[in-house]
Amino acid sequence: MATSATSTRARVAATLKRRHRSEFLFRAFGLAAIALSLLALATLFIDIVWRARTAFVQTTITLEVFLDESIIDPEGKRDPAELRRSDTQTPIRAALRERFPEVTNQGQRRELYALLSGSAPFLLASRLVREPELIGQRIKVDLLASDDVDMLMKGHISRDLPPEQRQINDRQIGWVDAMVAAGEVRQPFNAGFFTRGDSRDPTTAGVLGAIVGSALTLLVTLALSFPLAIAAAVYLEEFAPDNRWTYLIEININNLAAVPSIVFGLLGLAVFLNFFGLPRSAPLVGGMVLSLMTLPVIIIAARAAIAAVPPSIREAAMGVGASPVQVVFHHVVPLALPGILTGTIIGMARALGETAPLLMIGMVAFIVDTPKGFTDAASVLPVQIFLWADSPERAFVERTAAATLVLLGFLVVMNATAVYLRRRFEVRY
Amino acid sequence: MRTMSVADRTRSGVIAEFPDAAAGTAAKPAAFETRELSVFYGKKQALKGINLDIDKGEVTALIGPSGCGKSTYIRCLNRMNDPIPGCRIEGKVLLDGMDVYAADIDPVELRARVGMVFQKPNPFPKSVWENVAYGPRIHGLAATRAELNDIVERSLQRAALFDEVKDRLQEPGTSLSGGQQQRLCIARALAVDPDVILMDEPCSALDPIATAKIEELIDELSGNYTIVIVTHSMQQAARVSDMTAFFHLGDLVETGPTDTIFTTPRDERTEGYITGRFG
Repeated sequence: MATSATSTRARVAATLKRRHRSEFLFRAFGLAAIALSLLALATLFIDIVWRARTAFVQTTITLEVFLDESIIDPEGKRDPAELRRSDTQTPIRAALRERFPEVTNQGQRRELYALLSGSAPFLLASRLVREPELIGQRIKVDLLASDDVDMLMKGHISRDLPPEQRQINDRQIGWVDAMVAAGEVRQPFNAGFFTRGDSRDPTTAGVLGAIVGSALTLLVTLALSFPLAIAAAVYLEEFAPDNRWTYLIEININNLAAVPSIVFGLLGLAVFLNFFGLPRSAPLVGGMVLSLMTLPVIIIAARAAIAAVPPSIREAAMGVGASPVQVVFHHVVPLALPGILTGTIIGMARALGETAPLLMIGMVAFIVDTPKGFTDAASVLPVQIFLWADSPERAFVERTAAATLVLLGFLVVMNATAVYLRRRFEVRY
Repeated sequence: MRTMSVADRTRSGVIAEFPDAAAGTAAKPAAFETRELSVFYGKKQALKGINLDIDKGEVTALIGPSGCGKSTYIRCLNRMNDPIPGCRIEGKVLLDGMDVYAADIDPVELRARVGMVFQKPNPFPKSVWENVAYGPRIHGLAATRAELNDIVERSLQRAALFDEVKDRLQEPGTSLSGGQQQRLCIARALAVDPDVILMDEPCSALDPIATAKIEELIDELSGNYTIVIVTHSMQQAARVSDMTAFFHLGDLVETGPTDTIFTTPRDERTEGYITGRFG
């Protein structure tokens, strides 16, 4: 008896070492996996932030411009529509010539004019619409520098490169340096990035249009998919008979959640645009396509949340004589709400980052104006990022990163909202 | 008698053979009469042709080992088995002579007349006040807020809970102790003014002191309400009930006044169970 006990213990001891080793290895693997994914995440994030950092300031050149009424508003009517189209370029060029009187050569003057952004006159004109009293005065104006000057100031164009390989020549660099020395070049916060729409000119390209487009699109998606998904989930979970048809529907909903998103885009193109003739590039159609995609996600999450409500609560409500609909809407849905909301926001966050289906319905167009309604042509943030990433100008690189940062910011906000809502509505029972 | 099959004995046997049990039910009006009640879960038969009368204003205890069909039986009385998939019911359940399973009976209305208290206290995750007010509110029993307050207060008083919770009516029902939660559930059932209260092992999740309070409460409520209580505790059945029915393997083995069942059981299995030889 005693010998057998000792031998049992010896065997246990022998296996113990092996078991401890395998546990150690498993933990080490787990830690390594987590460390690796954190490293990847940190690399991605730091890279984006690093690239984006310079997009939040924009180089401006301060010039003393004489806003000659005879050029800008020769008829003196101060009509806003006329002012918007007024010739502000001539006074600005005159101011540049005044600043560098030594430049007389026609070709060199063109290089001098190229220091300013092509959008600078338009921005000045729209300022004059707001402040027409400035006309006729001699004022100091901060004018947007061209993207090449901006890149030079931000260090993205190297001065060590041979002149033929850079966008900006030695003479221009000399002028910029002279103005820097005189304190005429500044780098204020780039508010325009958040208040303007897309533009071919990187100095004036902003994300507002895309943000509004995304917001309108997601609003449509939410308004369509949230009530539909809850109705579907409640019916399937609480009322549907347990038969072959329900099973078939369940399988198909699960499969729909796994369908590549571009397929929904094709469906939207064929059905919403071609068959129903809805407007192209519109947030309305974009939202409809995205709700096709998010519906199954929310239905699955909502069903799981509803199934997790303890049966004792249903029995309690039934026991005092609540009708099935009252049981569901007074007790089950409120208790399942945190889970439903979490699923909804995760689905919406996915929709926010979606590009492929929107390409199919024309939301990839170059749209300058901020959309004002659900049927206006619009772009969305991820499509904007895609468009900028495709642009040749060096200055779009930092903007692409900055727009990505904005998109990530929205995703973080949405996920934080999901966590908050879950905490807020969570009921212990 | 031992040679008879279990089913035979229930159908034709005990009640017919022992007229005093039947006489007991005849003397008082029956709240519930069940006739040849069989319940199937899919292919499994959970109840085998039960004939049992439940007297008005009395406490009837259903006892028997686990899986004997007591809970199934009590849940037939207010049709709580309805939503269970694959559940099939045969036979008749009459409440004051009305067939509970008739096509024109609305289970919602039935459950307003036949309240239920469950094994585990299951207050809604809402305030104490909301818990009690929910039933009257959905049935439209109170026209004004003041009336509803009255109903809530009265129900809590009847459930012997008011003094303990009168200062915490707005606190969640789930924050009360287990025994208080169960009394809250009783108050919730009382608030819709039912004729019958079904209690499915109401004390099995409670400590002895909370159990004693519930039993005291059952005692107070009897007379005004017909109470059917499923219990695993022999002592509890003996303490609180007027009538006792013993179930075994889906059969109603024996029924009669509690004193008789506990002192002179007629069936060997009843005796074996109450003396603790099996169960």
